[in-house]
Amino acid sequence: MEFAPRLMPVQVDEGGGAALLRTITGMGLTVHTGTGTQEIVTGEDGAVSAMKLSDGSELATDLVVFSAGVRPRDQLARDHGLTVGERGGITVDEQCRTSDPDVYAIGECAQAVDGRVYGLVAPGYEMAQTAAAAMAADREARFTGADLSTKLKLLGVDVASFGDAHGTAEGCLNVVYSDSRSGTYKKLVMGAGGELLGGVLVGDAEAYGLLRPLTGTVPPLPPEQLVLPAGAGAPVALGPESLPASAVICSCHNVTKDAIQACATLPEVKKCTKAGTGCGSCVKVIGQLLPHSGDKGLCDCFGQTRQELYEIVRVLRITSFRALLDGHGREAARGGEGCEVCKPAVGSIIASLAPTIGAEGHVLDGEQAALQDTNDHFLANLQKNGSYSVVPRIPGGEITPEKLIVIGEVARDFGLYTKITGGQRIDLFGARVEQLPMIWTRLVDAGFESGHAYGKALRTVKSCVGQTWCRYGVQDSVRMAIDLELRYRGLRAPHKLKSAVSGCARECAEAQSKDFGVIATASGWNLYVGGNGGATPRHADLLAQDLDDAELVRLIDRFLMFYIRTADRLERTAAWLERIDGGLDHVRDVVVHDSLGICAELEALMADHVTHYRDEWAATLDDPERSRASCPS
Amino acid sequence: MTTATRAARVQLRLNDDWFEICERARLTPGRGIAALLPDGRQAALFLDREGRAYAIDNRDPFTGAAVLSRGLLGSRGGRPFVASPLLKQRFDLETGRCLDDDEVAVTVHPVRIA
Ligand code: SF4
Repeated sequence: MEFAPRLMPVQVDEGGGAALLRTITGMGLTVHTGTGTQEIVTGEDGAVSAMKLSDGSELATDLVVFSAGVRPRDQLARDHGLTVGERGGITVDEQCRTSDPDVYAIGECAQAVDGRVYGLVAPGYEMAQTAAAAMAADREARFTGADLSTKLKLLGVDVASFGDAHGTAEGCLNVVYSDSRSGTYKKLVMGAGGELLGGVLVGDAEAYGLLRPLTGTVPPLPPEQLVLPAGAGAPVALGPESLPASAVICSCHNVTKDAIQACATLPEVKKCTKAGTGCGSCVKVIGQLLPHSGDKGLCDCFGQTRQELYEIVRVLRITSFRALLDGHGREAARGGEGCEVCKPAVGSIIASLAPTIGAEGHVLDGEQAALQDTNDHFLANLQKNGSYSVVPRIPGGEITPEKLIVIGEVARDFGLYTKITGGQRIDLFGARVEQLPMIWTRLVDAGFESGHAYGKALRTVKSCVGQTWCRYGVQDSVRMAIDLELRYRGLRAPHKLKSAVSGCARECAEAQSKDFGVIATASGWNLYVGGNGGATPRHADLLAQDLDDAELVRLIDRFLMFYIRTADRLERTAAWLERIDGGLDHVRDVVVHDSLGICAELEALMADHVTHYRDEWAATLDDPERSRASCPS
Repeated sequence: MTTATRAARVQLRLNDDWFEICERARLTPGRGIAALLPDGRQAALFLDREGRAYAIDNRDPFTGAAVLSRGLLGSRGGRPFVASPLLKQRFDLETGRCLDDDEVAVTVHPVRIA
């Protein structure tokens, strides 16, 4: 329900509104424009039953959601007799002075001289500057109104408008590209002298970051080429290089292209110019303007990607970080210390290849100790107050009463807070660094192993009770979960790995939200990969069906090793599957049909891992040197 | 001529005196350790790969937790820094300045190996 004749009347014009309407209607929503609500009708029980509309019709409904605009909070001004606008907002002049010349108002509580209340951050900053200048007796500073350029998403549809979006300037002309099939609409408003005055983008707002800074200038390409989609007669893509030096890239902080190019890195840009720290929509363009643009390097120390470094380490059998940095790092970084990005990433690569390349296997051995993030270093998870949490492995979530009692006793004796995790194990919080070896001595004695909750490694293989207890179960899901967890425990990967096994299609273990998930069928197992929970959930994809035990394990071996070999740093399987060329089909070709002929090698790598696995905590406690390394303070 | 029977030790300058922290062999290049000072403060000590020692206050000013000794050592443009293990802000080990926020710095302690 929109009172205005089209959706988002301030941001887009009629054509843009129509494109937006078509796309949204296509999603199954009915939109009423140019209509107001006259009355909300309730039934006998007091619940909403219908809405009476201004065109006389009635709409049956169970639920009404209101969306209201902003209203200036000007009570303070009213209480003290300052003039406020008719529709709210403290009236200010061009210097942001209220009706009392000693009082200033800025931001969304103020009504600017153009009669508008600005609820955006950029005009707020501009008003603040004006007010500050006026207080410092600078008569020149004026705030007469602001650019309302915005880029946003409405139900997933890109919408952007900038500059004189509605073409109000005298003598201006429009260049419009509209494709109702794809729901794209792009309009540029051009001035009489060929300069870009503003525009509206719906459905595809990619160009916003480049077009907005060009506003007010004559673009380097004819306008029709700026609106045509790539490949449809747009000969040269307009890159940020073509922007004039004075183009404003960050409109929140009014930062120009040359100011950004005076810096070398994004953090430096943010620090020196504040660009990219407001709404963040310009960060992509800033990245393209910086010298390393197009550089896929892992960090300031290495020009290679994680995958390239993995290959270098594997093929050249490099077993130390220093050798890798001094021999293959960026020129300026050689001989240095590395950084907090590459050290753990290289540490993980060396650890996952350790048995194969002949490196030391334990994460606290030799130079490896200096590469690990604090969690890996202390074999525990750092919490926000500097204490650690401890998570013993409970494979498949199966645990004996005796072991449960030990966990309870340890928690009680060391005063730890206990919480059952989503991965079917128990997290013990609040341990001090120096308590960790004592806690683990007791846990190891009772038969527990490290749960690797601190590492970029396999976390848990969750399971449902399966066939043994559940009347629907068709396979022994607990046994399979335990087998898998014991096989892949300790495996270092680009990111953490989670898994689950369900005993039937009812999927009580939520296997489809895991990096690799297994669901029992009447004749075997189905293997799903690339699932994820968390902030960006993704349902796993079916990789193969009706596998027997051995086939299942072989496929998971290959899948995991292929992921470890080719993923980026901190890239979960879900993101990796989406990113790699050919996606799921390619991965299936490689790991099921062996299209690259590397499966034997992948299996051998995993076999090496399985034979060389040793519990990190038991090994640490056995060796006084390591014990000390893990507990230096 | 002195004979080197005594192991090298790391010392920190405190109130015009050199305060002994530990044997140098206790430090792993690239990692830090925490030391409790007589006045109750904590210092974070680091050794770089060339064997140079650095000491800064152990308290992470962003979180208030005494954890900087557990951060990773790195270098940029030849200058050593440590990245806090909690929220990853970096601190220059020679000046104590935070590389990610101009307004924040930690105390630096002069340190020597003797
Ligand atoms: S997934 Fe199937 S077998 Fe497992 S608990 Fe649920 S219903 Fe039972």
